[in-house]
Amino acid sequence: MSKARVSPLRSGFVHLVLAGYTVIALFPVLLTILNSFKDRNAIFRTPLAPPTASTFSLVGYETVLKQGDFVGYFQNSLIVTVVSIFFVLLFGAMAAFALSEYRFRGNTMMGLYLAIGIMIPIRLGTVAILQGMVAAGLVNTLTALILVYTAQGLPLAIFILSEFMRTVSDDLKNAGRIDGLSEYAIFFRLVLPLVRPAMATVAVFTMIPIWNDLWFPLILAPGEATKTVTLGSQVFIGQFVTNWNAVLSALSLAIFPVLVLYVIFSRQLIRGITAGAVK
Amino acid sequence: MSSATMSEDSIQTLARPKRWHILVFLLPAFIIYSAVMILPLVETLRLSLFNTVDGQSTFVGFANFQVLFGEERWAADFWRALKNNFLFFAIHMLVQNPVGIALAAMLSIPKLRLATFYRTAIFLPTLLSFVIVGFIWKLILSPIWGITPFFMDLVGLKSFFAPWLGKPGSALIAVSLISVWQNIGIPMMLIYAALLNIPDEVIEAAECDGVTGWSQFWKIKLPLVLPAIGMVSILTFVGNFNAFDLIYTVQGALAGPDGSTDILGTLLYRTFFGFQLQLGDRSMGATIATVMFLIILAGVSLYLFGIQRRVRRYQF
Repeated sequence: MSKARVSPLRSGFVHLVLAGYTVIALFPVLLTILNSFKDRNAIFRTPLAPPTASTFSLVGYETVLKQGDFVGYFQNSLIVTVVSIFFVLLFGAMAAFALSEYRFRGNTMMGLYLAIGIMIPIRLGTVAILQGMVAAGLVNTLTALILVYTAQGLPLAIFILSEFMRTVSDDLKNAGRIDGLSEYAIFFRLVLPLVRPAMATVAVFTMIPIWNDLWFPLILAPGEATKTVTLGSQVFIGQFVTNWNAVLSALSLAIFPVLVLYVIFSRQLIRGITAGAVK
Repeated sequence: MSSATMSEDSIQTLARPKRWHILVFLLPAFIIYSAVMILPLVETLRLSLFNTVDGQSTFVGFANFQVLFGEERWAADFWRALKNNFLFFAIHMLVQNPVGIALAAMLSIPKLRLATFYRTAIFLPTLLSFVIVGFIWKLILSPIWGITPFFMDLVGLKSFFAPWLGKPGSALIAVSLISVWQNIGIPMMLIYAALLNIPDEVIEAAECDGVTGWSQFWKIKLPLVLPAIGMVSILTFVGNFNAFDLIYTVQGALAGPDGSTDILGTLLYRTFFGFQLQLGDRSMGATIATVMFLIILAGVSLYLFGIQRRVRRYQF
């Protein structure tokens, strides 16, 4: 136990600074959401006031829902993110198990090879990725995005999961082997349930860059039918740049799911970071 | 990896020469990762040595690089983007990381009330997409809406307000600071985690020796979290030299005003994909991607072999 006495003066200063930065971090987001519920005049005249009965207006949201296919964008983002996370977790866990459980020739080399992608961004290969997707006829499909994001997420997933899998007890696995379980059964029935917390951490880490990515949707799937919510709001806001109600509403709509997910998963996420998963 | 386990391993290999399950476990990840990431990366590096001559893809050696570094039409854009990118990185290192460390140091004070709330709130912007962040700040800094001048008026600085994003002299700094605002959660969290991992005995020993407060932070804690600071720096480096989304959102593909916010990512996008009247150029795109690859590789190697090895990892 640390028994450092913190003087009231010092602790007051600390609270002042932290609260001050919290305002800096939250203010722009709150300002956007508040103003999205106001009419045009109120947005400009009293930008800092919360919406009142006389200034409340949903005209921005009406424009957004009428003009942009936000429901479709959400659906695309959701499909791409969920399917990519599923493959990252499944294939990542399988590879992590192979690397951490078995000794075989080339184990270290394979581990290093799979780790390249942690530091080298996949974007640098975009020129050839687009070429490959064109050749495979996958341009403007969600499959193209899922493939790219799965490849992007795998290196870190394998790295984190194999660290965790090393901690699973050998006795347990050997007991399973003596009971005649196949290696596949040991993986799926014994090891996977035990590393579930690590899988959740990896899922959250994988999800954020996929949901927020603009580069690959812009290059691989810019078509109306395959726009993700990030690209969709980018294009929409670009078109409606002078319609402040619509812009603020579109931004709020894009923020909303992130906020909800963050409220649900923030403990998981922060525990994942502070547990040393990415040290 | 003692020799005992090695011999055990060879016995196992003798007893079970074919262990197909290892292959089955590894193959899906290996195939997707190789096909979608490594091969395209290698192919991009290879393409940088080729160009279209008379409608045919021909090996041109380092001619593309000579054009990029030296030919008037390309060189000016390239060197400006490179310079801007280093400035972009420098602002992150000078603002984002020190402020992140300071916030982490305050959050890690034991028994601080509201710490969870502060931590959660300050990390929020990091989760938002560049598109959201870019547009929000575009609105806030906009002279039409007047939020920023209003606040500057409160502290009597209204005369200093300018449409920063629209001026070539200040646009890059403004965009960098927006990026700092968004990403500050990363250094804060990683260093916060490192500070929490310092064992109480070390802190107690310091207190017994009368090292408290500021000098405790500088002499005990900061040296102990140096590995985390190194990690944060390399993450910042890779992220900055690969950045694109924020600048594309705030300033468009031309990275205006007058190209003053152009960095390698936006230059790569325009070159490779084309924009407005400019046609996409695959070879030059691959060349720029190769330069970015080499810069990132140099940074990562410097970190792995130079910095990480020298910073001693303390085992607790």
